[in-house]
Amino acid sequence: MCGVCGCGEGETRLEAVAATHTHGSHPPPAAGHTHAEVVRDDPAQRAHLVSVERDILSKNDALAAHNRSHFNSHRVLALNLVSSPGAGKTTLLVETLERLLPDNTVAVIEGDQETSADADRIRATGAPAIQVNTGKGCHLDAAMIDQAFGQLHFHDGILFIENVGNLVCPAGFDLGEAHKVVIASVTEGEDKPLKYPNMFAASSLMLVSKVDLLPHLDFDVELLIANARRVNPAIAVIQVSASNGEGMERWLHWLDGAVAMASASA
Amino acid sequence: MHEIALCNSLVGLIRDQQRERGFARVRRVIVEVGVLGHVDPHALDFAFEVEAKDSPAQDAVLEIREIEGRAWCMDCSELVSIAKRGDACPGCGGYGMIVEQGEELRLKELEVI
Repeated sequence: MCGVCGCGEGETRLEAVAATHTHGSHPPPAAGHTHAEVVRDDPAQRAHLVSVERDILSKNDALAAHNRSHFNSHRVLALNLVSSPGAGKTTLLVETLERLLPDNTVAVIEGDQETSADADRIRATGAPAIQVNTGKGCHLDAAMIDQAFGQLHFHDGILFIENVGNLVCPAGFDLGEAHKVVIASVTEGEDKPLKYPNMFAASSLMLVSKVDLLPHLDFDVELLIANARRVNPAIAVIQVSASNGEGMERWLHWLDGAVAMASASA
Repeated sequence: MHEIALCNSLVGLIRDQQRERGFARVRRVIVEVGVLGHVDPHALDFAFEVEAKDSPAQDAVLEIREIEGRAWCMDCSELVSIAKRGDACPGCGGYGMIVEQGEELRLKELEVI
């Protein structure tokens, strides 16, 4: 087990689904590879050096590519929502779903180490949701999403994947999403993007959440945005509040644009 | 701090290589890790020891070769070296940088018997 965050393997549980589920009609692709063998003889030890040249995450990346084509063929825009714990991901998502649901098809995959509390909150809006408990794992991976998406039977809509609250580990694991959306709340530090640069570098959009609290805080939003752009000059930024609705229209407008772009490229 | 999961994948790759090439065991594992990536070399080293247990790479030495960070400065139109993400361009002091190198996480070579 990881001594820093407790990350471990082998305890993933998909809500109400056997972990051995296989997706018969969509077999995961074999991870393709090439290698040139370079052998250096060492007669004394019989040891020799073999060239491998494989990305360590190649299996996850191959499954993510499989998910991506699966999403495209089902006309699904998949978004990977990432933040630190407590940034307000679930509250913002519930508020987003309530605004989207009258006219849009949506579904949610919820990632948490334990409990189905978040999926229960999502289902209360009427949106289908499936909870993935990662056990000791500190992030969702592409295999978990492949299984969960198979259970959802979802097409023609927006799939929100709420990752485990963690700004470090989820940055490295492609799930097959069209975009990562990072949520940073104004109750955190302005230097979050510099402390966790990989996540902000990997995200297309930063939602600055809880902006209704700004009058009560000594928080410099412009500094947060400048720090995010230091690690990712192209990142889009929208300031939102799930409490008073500020910025929600701009966020929904961004979603419309992302759906249009995804359909154009499908 | 997902180095356990990464080393689990790494040991999986090593087992694949063993099936393909038929060596008995691994003495040295050479990986390339970009300094701008999401991996902490110390955590990787610790996690490797844990994950390699009872595998062909048990007791193997993990050799981590760091790959330096390089980014394209959009203002200078030049490739420059950076130590970490969010560093300014050493030429113009700006932040209009696109990372070109330094995110690698690759099993490069195995020394096998």
